[in-house]
Amino acid sequence: MALLQISEPGGAPDPHQRRIAIGIDLGTTHSLVAAVRHGVAECLPDDAGRVILPSAVRYLAGDKREIGSAALAEAASDPRNTIVSVKRFMGRGLDDIAGRAKLPYDFVDAPGMVQLRTVAGVKSPVEISAEILATLRRRAEDTFDDDIFGAVVTVPAYFDDAQRQATKDAAQLAGLNVLRLISEPTAAAIAYGLENGAEGLYAVYDLGGGTFDISLLRLSAGVFEVVATGGDSALGGDDFDAALAEWALQQAGVEAVTPQDKRAVLVAARATKEKLSSVDHAMLACPLDAGELAVPVTRAEFAALTQHLVQSTITATRKVLRDAKTGKVDVKGVVMVGGSTRMPMIQAAVGEFFGQKPLTNLNPDEVVALGAAIQANALAGNAGAGELLLLDVIALSLGLETMGGLVERIIPRNSTIPTARAQDFTTFKDGQTAMALHVVQGERELVADCRSLARFELRGIPPMVAGAARIRVAFQVDADGLLSVTAREEGSGVEAAITVKPSYGLSDEQIAQMLTESFGTAEQDMHARSLRESLVEAERMVLATHSALAADGDLLSADERGAIDALVAAVERSRSSTDHAAIDAAVEALAKGTEAFAAHRMNRGIRQALAGRAVEDL
Amino acid sequence: MPALDIASTDFELFDTEPRFHQDRAALDARWRELQTEVHPDRFAAQGAAAQRIAVQWSVRVNEAYHRLKDPVRRAAYLCELNGASIDAQNNTAMPAEFLMQQMAWREALDEARTVDDVEALVQQVTDHRRAALQRLEATLDDERDYVAAAQQVRALMFVERFAQDIDHRLEALGQ
Repeated sequence: MALLQISEPGGAPDPHQRRIAIGIDLGTTHSLVAAVRHGVAECLPDDAGRVILPSAVRYLAGDKREIGSAALAEAASDPRNTIVSVKRFMGRGLDDIAGRAKLPYDFVDAPGMVQLRTVAGVKSPVEISAEILATLRRRAEDTFDDDIFGAVVTVPAYFDDAQRQATKDAAQLAGLNVLRLISEPTAAAIAYGLENGAEGLYAVYDLGGGTFDISLLRLSAGVFEVVATGGDSALGGDDFDAALAEWALQQAGVEAVTPQDKRAVLVAARATKEKLSSVDHAMLACPLDAGELAVPVTRAEFAALTQHLVQSTITATRKVLRDAKTGKVDVKGVVMVGGSTRMPMIQAAVGEFFGQKPLTNLNPDEVVALGAAIQANALAGNAGAGELLLLDVIALSLGLETMGGLVERIIPRNSTIPTARAQDFTTFKDGQTAMALHVVQGERELVADCRSLARFELRGIPPMVAGAARIRVAFQVDADGLLSVTAREEGSGVEAAITVKPSYGLSDEQIAQMLTESFGTAEQDMHARSLRESLVEAERMVLATHSALAADGDLLSADERGAIDALVAAVERSRSSTDHAAIDAAVEALAKGTEAFAAHRMNRGIRQALAGRAVEDL
Repeated sequence: MPALDIASTDFELFDTEPRFHQDRAALDARWRELQTEVHPDRFAAQGAAAQRIAVQWSVRVNEAYHRLKDPVRRAAYLCELNGASIDAQNNTAMPAEFLMQQMAWREALDEARTVDDVEALVQQVTDHRRAALQRLEATLDDERDYVAAAQQVRALMFVERFAQDIDHRLEALGQ
């Protein structure tokens, strides 16, 4: 889909064609969708008025599934088929998953990413996450009664390439056009409008359901740079639930043996914890195999038995400041994110540590989704949104393995993206005709301490003496922080390339098949929908081409102009058809045939814009 | 001023004199201004062809910014623009005095046992680097002797490599 229309920054081509763009916080415990409506970002509720969608998917026999609260309600009775906290498994192998023995799932070791066996078959974390994302997409479509132009999805700042790619795959599988992935702390900072504020350091304290993240952002020239991140990927509200549940079982002198019992106590503990944020005492109660559990608990008791958890978040915060070689006095503001920061003892501990009141006026559950929605609205090019340009950096260094298991860093962390860097390597043996390349991510010196992203081989190097070949390895990172690598022997021109996703993400074919499967049930609807989408796209494309020709037709020779006119005519003819594939083919041909023209126009546009600036400067 | 092009020099792109001395605040401001025009997010709604061109431009702007804001990379670039090749891989000849100092530093790092020992070395290297950059500025901007400057850049590259080794050592001591 190549749209030729170049609009003024911030100005949509037509005010009636406002594009609906959404922000999604795909969380460990729960997920939300938000959008900018009437100039204000707000979270979108479901039919029952709830904005929070529990990140839970339950698979049932007969290819049925329940998502959200319905799934969570059965978590205790059907733990094996009810997947919660799937975010922990994204882009992760079986060995990466800490404490998996305690989890009620039937894990399947698969190359790259772990999978889970359910009553509906073996599911990958990408598919499970896609169910959650698709639910949010449908919610947004119902809210606006319109198609969604695109989405910004948030990921933790420390997510590596495999985890980001898995997230992007899940969004694509859910039928979303991913405008950008942005980091959660950055989204929270945007929600608070910090990018318009004073330059300096900001801390984002994010205590979610399953993870604790503390991030230090530096704002300079309107750019948020992630200075340091830390935390504990296995510490969150769930641990407060577990500590409370364990304590309650001890108090009552009973044991939860079955998976159903274990889950029931945890669910009851979570409810009790939430109550204790607003009242002083509550009753933890649930039915167990061995009988009824009912234990009274006060806020003070709860604070005492989770004090070590609060303390470990403060210890992690102190470490991040040390890593950034800075002190807490340099921190200009502290943003609170995550439902768990509602707990009064957390707010008190953070406020005391930083010596300032943390920002809590936005709903801590919603703040990340709100920031993502603001960014999505800007990316969709809607009117009034042109001022926000989010420039980003990569959070982790990218490099190659060299002799002796050492890492040669090609792109250092905090490089502004998109970016491209190249480095030359050579052969170390006489007559060597192949070279293995191992792409890694991380800050440590040894390959063993970094995350392996991909391996590929450059073959067909002409035999030469050692050191004579010149192999240029080029890394390119796009605006989402995703990497592709090419290697080329300069003398002979042999080349090999890889987009870093093979071991973790899904292939495009796999995604296409899953898409067909997930939408295949209502084929008639699908057909009508496809046809409508194709017609809209055809109309949009024809309009865009006409206006591009009117503005910059002088860039084309008569022959080039004739070819484009013929392609436009072909699209016009196809529009009377009911075959969406025929329309798509004509639109595709027009997009392809106008690519070079679009490139010329864009170069002209950019040159004019830059020259305009330079003249003003003089 | 000539029309900007993706093949313009870093200095042309950043609308600044091709000299070593640069105002960091002005570079930051111009970088932001350029990205405001070319960043792919500006064209997020406009399809694949526009994205590809925007990425090329944006990468080019980031490359220039990365080079201009770092004094050693900026100096190396100036030398190359003026026909004095750095060619650090093949040109490793250094004055004896410089090599002696490098050896002394390496020994000091090997023998350092505490964070304080290493910090003292950090201070020495930082002072040395500051003085070397001042000399480099005079060589480039006043004397315009690019061949001599290239030699100084090669020496500074050694110093930077050593500073990295110190960082790794500090990390190791910190754990």
